[in-house]
Amino acid sequence: MSGHTTELVVFVVLFLAVTVMGFVAARWRRPESIDSLHEWGLGGRSFGSWITWFLVGGDLYTAYTFVAVPALVFGAGALGFYALPYTVVVYPLVFLVLTRMWSVSHVHGFVTPADFVRARFGSPTLALAVAITGLVATMPYIALQLVGIEAVLKSMGITGHLPIVIAFAILAAYTYQSGLRAPALIAFVKDALIYIVILVAVIYIPAKLGGWGSIFDAAAQKFAATPAKGDGITLNATNQLQYVTLAFGSALALFLYPHSLTGVLASKNRNVIKRNMSALPAYSLVLGLIALLGYMAIAAGTKPVVGANGRPDANTIVPRLFDQVFPDWFTGVAYAAIGIGALVPAAIMSIAAANLFTRNIYREYLNKDATDAQEAKVSKIVSLVVKVGAVLCILLLDPQFSIDLQLIGGVIILQTLPSVALGLYTRWFHRGGLLAGWALGLAVGMWMLYLIPNPANGKAHFGGSAFGLASLGFDTTMTVYAGFLALIVNLVVAVLGTLAFRAFKVADGPDATRREHYFVDEGDPRVKDLDLTGSH
Amino acid sequence: MTTGEPGQPRTDRSPWNWLLVLPVVLPLLTFLFNADEPRLFGFPLFYWLQIAFIAVGVTCTTIVYRMTK
Repeated sequence: MSGHTTELVVFVVLFLAVTVMGFVAARWRRPESIDSLHEWGLGGRSFGSWITWFLVGGDLYTAYTFVAVPALVFGAGALGFYALPYTVVVYPLVFLVLTRMWSVSHVHGFVTPADFVRARFGSPTLALAVAITGLVATMPYIALQLVGIEAVLKSMGITGHLPIVIAFAILAAYTYQSGLRAPALIAFVKDALIYIVILVAVIYIPAKLGGWGSIFDAAAQKFAATPAKGDGITLNATNQLQYVTLAFGSALALFLYPHSLTGVLASKNRNVIKRNMSALPAYSLVLGLIALLGYMAIAAGTKPVVGANGRPDANTIVPRLFDQVFPDWFTGVAYAAIGIGALVPAAIMSIAAANLFTRNIYREYLNKDATDAQEAKVSKIVSLVVKVGAVLCILLLDPQFSIDLQLIGGVIILQTLPSVALGLYTRWFHRGGLLAGWALGLAVGMWMLYLIPNPANGKAHFGGSAFGLASLGFDTTMTVYAGFLALIVNLVVAVLGTLAFRAFKVADGPDATRREHYFVDEGDPRVKDLDLTGSH
Repeated sequence: MTTGEPGQPRTDRSPWNWLLVLPVVLPLLTFLFNADEPRLFGFPLFYWLQIAFIAVGVTCTTIVYRMTK
């Protein structure tokens, strides 16, 4: 550990600086009262283009992404680069969807996707399904942020769980204090650090390793030498379809996560969202370069830290690479970037999860007459509970369990697409059909994930998201993203279910929204209405 | 359908929106970029072309934003 003293000092100093910022955030752009859920959870809904860019960027590109994507590229090659097309495709894809969501949410005071579904389809049950799906998908995501911090700590030779508990206690305290303002402010620091580190990394490391050409050649050589068929610096017949469906499926799923929507709803008007759709790809560029750190690690001969179970922990590959090539103080900066990078999304995710619970479970089922102050209070407490839960997940369970859960999370959150995203466009679907599609999509998705083995670590089930079409009886080695197939099943069932429910004249729910609600913008008298209790 | 506020848009339809299809479809066509050669600054085609698609995405969304705001 003595070899890491400088790194540790720099890491701790930066981490503490950010902590102070988190607490100061409560005073930043201060509203008259932070005691309503809108103020605490959505930052007063007044963020302009710049803050939104930092907030949403800090939210979507998480510490885990920065650690796991290059680890995947390190292990599998080209397939891991799916993160790039994924984040190119996503913004034009949701460009119109998100502006509609912004408008209708601001007219009706929606804070979560389930709020929208509740009003649009007049079905508390469907809303509950969407809310629980969101909660289940978000929880392991928060736990994974801890895996990101842990990878950094491991590389500094720190083992044991105490540092993680401290880091999350700090995070919990300032989110409790400042709500969404804390992550918005910290996101500035996080991004500044990440951009500096990556810029230095992509100039400095290739220069040290003999240029980009030799980095790619070294990677190609390594993959050619392995017996595995799925790896290589380009795609092959087996994983090409997987690459496309994984990128597209992930893009469809991204803004269905309640935490992504939280950042979007906090923006000031529709134009802020549209402008951000063309500005957020700046992060995609960074992500693409980060992914290539995996190849740099191959070329530099980096070896991951061997975990307590005797297996190498692939997630430590980027921290190890930094440690190997950078001077100690800069490695400290890079580690701080990853560590702080974990705090921003973890804070926003726990706020989003708390809002889901408060609005769609607490107010809907437990206390129908909750006041604004009561809601804000419950939300704050749930946000704490969620974080404690995430820490317990890491302490008590195998981290692999969180990774599995996150994999499942991506597949299940996709099953809310027909109600949430298509719901913004059409009221054609029957609430019963949507519920049936959701249930069957979930079942099929889980079944496929269960069938997927991972030969690399000897797991028989939940070994990845690449579903072999051979399992369905096709004579092929092609694989497809399980979430994508499950979504197709979901859509087919939703359509057939809707036709069936209509044919049997089963009563459909009322629609509380009107067509023009999807297009209103800042300045419209209807937008000002932030009265929580008047939303349904 | 009742009347909306005067001056407020009643729809988000615009022919410019079709431009959004390009950056959604282009990065999913693997046959365009699934090759090592030609390289650019040492980057295989697979990597540099996909990175270049970011610029396509930014251009298209910016145009649509400007034309529909």
